[in-house]
Amino acid sequence: MKILVAVKRVIDYNVKVRVKADQTDVDLTNVKMAINPFCEIAVEEAVRLKEKGVASEIVAVSLGEKASQEQLRTALALGADRGILVETDEQLGSLTVAKLLKAVVDEEKPDLVILGKQSIDSDNNQTGQMLAALSGLPQGTFASEVVVEDGKANVTREVDGGLQTVSLSLPAIVTTDLRLNEPRYASLPNIMKAKRKPLDTKTPADLGVEVTNSLTTVKVAAPQERSAGVKVGSVEELIEKLKNEAKVI
Amino acid sequence: MAILVVAEHDNAALGSATLNTVAAARQIGGDIHLLVAGAACGSVAEAAAAVEGVEKVLVADNAAYEHQLAENVSLLASELGKSYSHVMSPASTSGKNFMPRVAALLDVDQISEIVSVESADTFSRPIYAGNAIATVQSSAAVKVITVRATGFDPVAAEGGSAVVEQLSLIHDAGVSSFVGEEVAQSDRPELAGADIVVSGGRGMGNGENFEILYKLADKLGAAVGASRAAVDAGFVPNDMQVGQTGKIVAPNLYVAVGISGAIQHLAGMKDSKVIVAINKDEDAPIFQVADYGLVADLFEAVPELEGKL
Repeated sequence: MKILVAVKRVIDYNVKVRVKADQTDVDLTNVKMAINPFCEIAVEEAVRLKEKGVASEIVAVSLGEKASQEQLRTALALGADRGILVETDEQLGSLTVAKLLKAVVDEEKPDLVILGKQSIDSDNNQTGQMLAALSGLPQGTFASEVVVEDGKANVTREVDGGLQTVSLSLPAIVTTDLRLNEPRYASLPNIMKAKRKPLDTKTPADLGVEVTNSLTTVKVAAPQERSAGVKVGSVEELIEKLKNEAKVI
Repeated sequence: MAILVVAEHDNAALGSATLNTVAAARQIGGDIHLLVAGAACGSVAEAAAAVEGVEKVLVADNAAYEHQLAENVSLLASELGKSYSHVMSPASTSGKNFMPRVAALLDVDQISEIVSVESADTFSRPIYAGNAIATVQSSAAVKVITVRATGFDPVAAEGGSAVVEQLSLIHDAGVSSFVGEEVAQSDRPELAGADIVVSGGRGMGNGENFEILYKLADKLGAAVGASRAAVDAGFVPNDMQVGQTGKIVAPNLYVAVGISGAIQHLAGMKDSKVIVAINKDEDAPIFQVADYGLVADLFEAVPELEGKL
């Protein structure tokens, strides 16, 4: 079967973001970018399914500026077979991304689509669910285990209070949670090989999708700073402060 | 225009985050209708009707909605949603699961995890793991919104007297089914709603050592949380994880024990009223957000703290 994996170029998760002085956005100039951690887990899961003989082909897709090619090359170095970049300089909201991905799904007809559960920049946690709704497919969100057998995907999901397992008819959409797997590192020979793997570039117009967004960002502000705390010298002092100063116990 | 709030529940009791979501809906203004979709969920409908500020409770009681499978609930909520100005739900794992489907079916963008209401079409929400707060304005015909419970004080669970209306709409997409669940057992308060949270990190060393945190928590009537490091190391189950990818908490008192304070952990707890850090590394980033920091070996400090409370 064919697996489609969506990957997003985001700010590296270790970078402490700074809000621009004019409060229009966060400052992304000269900031290290990387593949979104949840997307990396999605690629890893696809590669493992291929190694198990469940999947025969892995197609990685990314949407956004030209530089997203780097993240697609990373996915190819990790084991994806070919890449598709839907190139646009416009800001894409989750709904538009889902519509673009649906167009790719309609063309590629994968049996399984794996996405990360959320991107660490917008923290939306929407795209996989929206893609599933638009395609009329079942979804296994926040997956910590995926078993494909007998034309079904059994997905164990991380939910409030524990774990839940659902059975989905294929094709299906899965979004990854952190515990699904531990992504591998790309080896140098694989990084070299990835440079020769095919990478198609398309535009939203090629896919017949209009880029729209009903959400306007009015302002981006830094969160309220916490006032500086104090270091206490002993457990007694801590209890005294909590009882009499903070009055929380 | 009225607001539809999709209630969170387990077919037996109404989830507390529903009360925070109704509070957010009241700030927007307009009639508030609660949708209870489940199976044999009569007691939930009763509880929903008593919630302060709710005009009407819509009950869809059918086996198709028993486990709130996103495929089925989203069809129901999007069909009803067309005639509302706002469709809202708590940003719990359940709400996060079906609401984006509702938005896509209504062909509108969704606004995730709002923490404040500026006006009927403008909301604030954290981005970049809580390191920035974005204010967004929506021109969508129906605003589909998930609400971060810790951003709003809950309305009263009693005192309301809403009309209860039974719906006969049955949507079964037939593409997914519930197989089973594993619920983590705990006698302590629920993490997301607790007044006091005591959390342990990698510094705890192993799962057995969490025992000293449980003792401290029981003395304080607190819930116990954990950092991702502690969960990944297998010390505790993952539903105890606090952070960007786990639960978001904002208790009155948060005690971080053996937690360094990575960005992703802070995203889940830095709105707590008072933060206490106990760590032997005096340069740990957690001390930059802690109101009270104690540089000490947790294996000595925690039992001493428990003993002296």
